[in-house]
Amino acid sequence: MIDDISLIAESAVRLAATLLFAALGELVAERAGTLNISIEGMMLSSAFGAVYASHLTGSAYLGFLLGMAVAVLVAAIQANLAHRIQINQFVLGIVVNLLVIGTTSFLWSEIDITPERFPMWRVPGLASIPVVGDALFHQRAPFFLIYLAIPLVWWILERSRWGLELQAVGENPQAADVSGIDVLRRRRQAIYFCGAMAGIAGSYLSIGLIGTFTPEMTALRGFIAIAAVIFGGWVVWRVVSGTLLFGGVEALRVSLPALGFTINAQLLIVAPYLVTLIAMAFFARRNRPPKALGKPFERGIA
Amino acid sequence: MTAPPQRAPIPRRLPRPSVADHAISLGWHLASILVALSVAGLLVAITGSEPTTVVRTMIEGSIGSRASIVATLNHAAPILLVAAGTVIAAKAGLLNIGQEGQIIFGGMFAVAVGLSLDLPKPLLIPMMLLAAALGGGLWAGIAAVLRFWRGVNEVIGTLLLSFVAFQAVSYAVNQPWLLQEDVAEGSGLSASPQSNALPEAAHLPTLLTGPGYRLHLGIVIAVVIALVSAFLVMRTKWGLELTVVGLNDRAARRIGLSPILIGATALTLSGAFAGVAGGVLLGGTAFRVNSGFSSNYGWEGLLVGLIARSNPLSVIPFAFLYGALRAGGGVLASTGVSASIVGVVQALIVLAVALPSYFLRRRNARVATSRMEVAST
Repeated sequence: MIDDISLIAESAVRLAATLLFAALGELVAERAGTLNISIEGMMLSSAFGAVYASHLTGSAYLGFLLGMAVAVLVAAIQANLAHRIQINQFVLGIVVNLLVIGTTSFLWSEIDITPERFPMWRVPGLASIPVVGDALFHQRAPFFLIYLAIPLVWWILERSRWGLELQAVGENPQAADVSGIDVLRRRRQAIYFCGAMAGIAGSYLSIGLIGTFTPEMTALRGFIAIAAVIFGGWVVWRVVSGTLLFGGVEALRVSLPALGFTINAQLLIVAPYLVTLIAMAFFARRNRPPKALGKPFERGIA
Repeated sequence: MTAPPQRAPIPRRLPRPSVADHAISLGWHLASILVALSVAGLLVAITGSEPTTVVRTMIEGSIGSRASIVATLNHAAPILLVAAGTVIAAKAGLLNIGQEGQIIFGGMFAVAVGLSLDLPKPLLIPMMLLAAALGGGLWAGIAAVLRFWRGVNEVIGTLLLSFVAFQAVSYAVNQPWLLQEDVAEGSGLSASPQSNALPEAAHLPTLLTGPGYRLHLGIVIAVVIALVSAFLVMRTKWGLELTVVGLNDRAARRIGLSPILIGATALTLSGAFAGVAGGVLLGGTAFRVNSGFSSNYGWEGLLVGLIARSNPLSVIPFAFLYGALRAGGGVLASTGVSASIVGVVQALIVLAVALPSYFLRRRNARVATSRMEVAST
């Protein structure tokens, strides 16, 4: 029994980590006012980029970095087209996602790739803690970045000047503009940050968790990350718990049948989306989105 | 007392763009579509295939023979319906991106009606399409309720609901008491996760048939609906109200319109259009529902709708183009080049159409400023 729980905890945390990196990036973008649906494309692009780069360089670490770079490149498309020349951000997000799906599937089927994979790391001592030891301290290398990423994003959003300006831009861009903050520039920067985090998520997924690439392998995880941000009410620690919850649901879906329980797979797949819709519809007061979320900024137009 | 200053008469119409303006705009668009196609060509070339072969195969597979033209038209029908619906919502300032889910619900409602009602074809087909519209409209209607009652952004609402729809159909075709197919007892077969096939009476009428192809009524239905909705949007009071709400809902409220009612109607209607697309897909080519039923028609129709944006008539040529791309992509496999390249082209064309309008706007602004400067000297 303890073993089962430990097993489920391990796979929950493992699955949550991908969501977590992506959700933290998305959180920063959303606090600056961009509802960045191209995060799915960013993740997928880095998943492919990391696999391909690790094949070329023979190193998982270089592959990881180059995978991140690819996602930042995709972020550059989103950032500049949406917040420089003002193409509707959602339209752009859909196009970017489909573009990345098409390009990566095409390249994957046309090129022979044998990717490298990250080794497992085990923190001696800590990994022996019962139940949660394996989950938290015995994982593939990039996983351990979460211990850096969570406090970093918290510090950026709650304590840094840049983060404060991002929030001003997301809440009231007109006021931010008047007080001398370059609104569009801050929004672009937030998207670049989101791209880098989505890049970690995608690269970790392909050359860490799975060990290879498959077309559309992100399988809507980017959207679950968005759901986690909404569900978490745009607050760092609640977003983190949201990703853990959604990762746990996914772990249950994978492991419960193996443990002899019959469950409704569709209901578990759909749970994150349903929970998020309900959270948006009925807990709007507790979960107040940034006021300018999803709205384009043009100077002089209120 | 001085007389109030004379006001310049308000022009009845905005000044029409000149021929030169149209030519410049067309030139920009053609050039940027050419760039988009070159990018895709480059992608093909660097992976070691011959772009010209790909282009030739695509043309052959989409308009090269009677069978391929029929394939293009059959693909274009659901794309056109989805796109026409997208434009209606866009006119009201709403972005519906959940058409994949609305297609699924349209298909599920239609297959339920087609399987359970025992009616002659001329009655059954309209009933099925009506049920399809109801299913799609219902699914979009939920997003509309969430949007206007609880303030949930309709983009996220429709998107998440379409993910729910994927699982809903997957559930339905796995439950014998819902839509899963019946298997003859004692046949030793186990039921697959799909619905029963429609009876012949529920197939859309055939317009043209031959070896390996069947043109069904779908494209006629789609073009008629697209034309009617273009007329409604561009030439009726309701269309004007939609536009006003879309441009400025506060102003709309001041002149006595109800943005909530108009917006919710538009969003629901756009879902109904996608639902009909699902009905056409079902009665025209698929004949049964399974978990992959919507097969990207929703996304492709959405892209066409986004290209058309404010002009409801331009969905028609672009729907044919996307239908042709899809048909051409279907035969690409024979050349050993992955059909995924078609998705790249489809996405790039949207950017290729969106980008020039930005540069044209800037140019117009520049021209206007320079004219003002001339006038002031």
